[in-house]
Amino acid sequence: MDERVFIKDGIRLDGRRFDELRPIKMEVGVLSRADGSCYMEMGDNKVIAAVYGPREVHPRHLQEVNRAIIRYRYNMASFSVEERRRPGPDRRSYELSKVSREALEPVILTSYFPKSVIDIFVEVLQADAGTRTAGINAASVALADAGIPMRSLVSSCAAGKVDGQIVLDPMKDEDNFGQADMPIAITPTGEITLLQMDGMMTRDEFRQAIELAKKGCQEIYRIQRKVLIDRYSQFEDLQDEGSRR
Amino acid sequence: MDRKIVIPGDLLSEDTRRSGEGTYVRNGKVYSLLYGIASFREKISVIPLAGKYLPAIGDNVIGVVKDITFSNWILDINSPYDGLLHISEFPKKIDVEDMSKYLRIGSSVMARVKDVDPAMKVELTLNDRRLGVIKTGRVVEISHTRVPRLIGKGGSMISMLKKELNCNIFVGQNGRIWVSGNEEDMDLALKTILLIEREAHTNGLTDRIVDYIKNARRARG
Repeated sequence: MDERVFIKDGIRLDGRRFDELRPIKMEVGVLSRADGSCYMEMGDNKVIAAVYGPREVHPRHLQEVNRAIIRYRYNMASFSVEERRRPGPDRRSYELSKVSREALEPVILTSYFPKSVIDIFVEVLQADAGTRTAGINAASVALADAGIPMRSLVSSCAAGKVDGQIVLDPMKDEDNFGQADMPIAITPTGEITLLQMDGMMTRDEFRQAIELAKKGCQEIYRIQRKVLIDRYSQFEDLQDEGSRR
Repeated sequence: MDRKIVIPGDLLSEDTRRSGEGTYVRNGKVYSLLYGIASFREKISVIPLAGKYLPAIGDNVIGVVKDITFSNWILDINSPYDGLLHISEFPKKIDVEDMSKYLRIGSSVMARVKDVDPAMKVELTLNDRRLGVIKTGRVVEISHTRVPRLIGKGGSMISMLKKELNCNIFVGQNGRIWVSGNEEDMDLALKTILLIEREAHTNGLTDRIVDYIKNARRARG
């Protein structure tokens, strides 16, 4: 049993309240060679997403005759964690790649590009709990930057249970020593495309966590939208009108 | 304003009849499919700011030969899909053995898209007076999303350019543009085309380009 206290008088270790996200920074179009790209910081997480495609599939046998396939590669750089991580994919990377791809597939209109592939690469440069959610957020923006037709963006963040309390966007220590961690991804219309959980929650706590995480995702969606719209600032006066739903 | 920047999923209209290119309909409303500029005319359409060129029947394109098979040239048309030029679509009747003599790997052609099937097999043709193998002039490549702006409403921009620049211009929908004229005029033409690409999303561009060309000529003396 831990003697450590993570929440005191409603304030967490890093000074946040239970429903506050960590500071976010996003930049679009950072890689000139990629068709679309996005750099994102979520707290101390630093990730970069690159999108290539649609392009010819190699090896050919993977191609689908009437749609594009999506390849998502989540990878952590050796220097992204305190103890040097051996380079290359491990079981965790394969899992994160698969669930992240499945978080984005429902919104991408793959039928527009038969026999091709849309390659998404997410590289974690610095990790501090929540890298898969940061990756999905950056990948969404990079896909838009690449001109890929989508029903909407996808926004992602996690809720956790720390000191018995449901909190938004756990950082590393909260994730490592907390009782539960639940990353989700949703579309702006509230449809869930990613839902995972580590740990234990009661039904009520789970409902609370979903509501809290959804709110966090909505805030992230506003930031994703703003970074894309602001890029072409000639149209400043019309920015606010597009997000009515 | 009848134009504005939108992202995928932005709500454009509650009237499903107005759904145009780059939009989709869901639950009786029209949404954007793309990150681009929405234009609000009778039909609402979204023009992408980026993306790959997808060949459509009737498009003019400039292709580069990358392979020769038994009776087809295979061309790179700056798209995820290759263009196929069958020997029967070559303007002259030639034998299969002579294919590489008339059009070899690395050469460019001004072609038209004859057909695109659902599996994205793209057939090209050179059977038209204005099409053929490129032997003179220069080819420049811009983002294909800027080509509509280069052509202008009803061809207004491109007609002005042909006149003011004193060059022959062939605009490929795939973003490749061929110009032909004397050396100085071609230099100015290329600079002008790249300028239009950079400023395609701004207002009052046509007039600014006319001024740019006039100033450049005056400076030349």
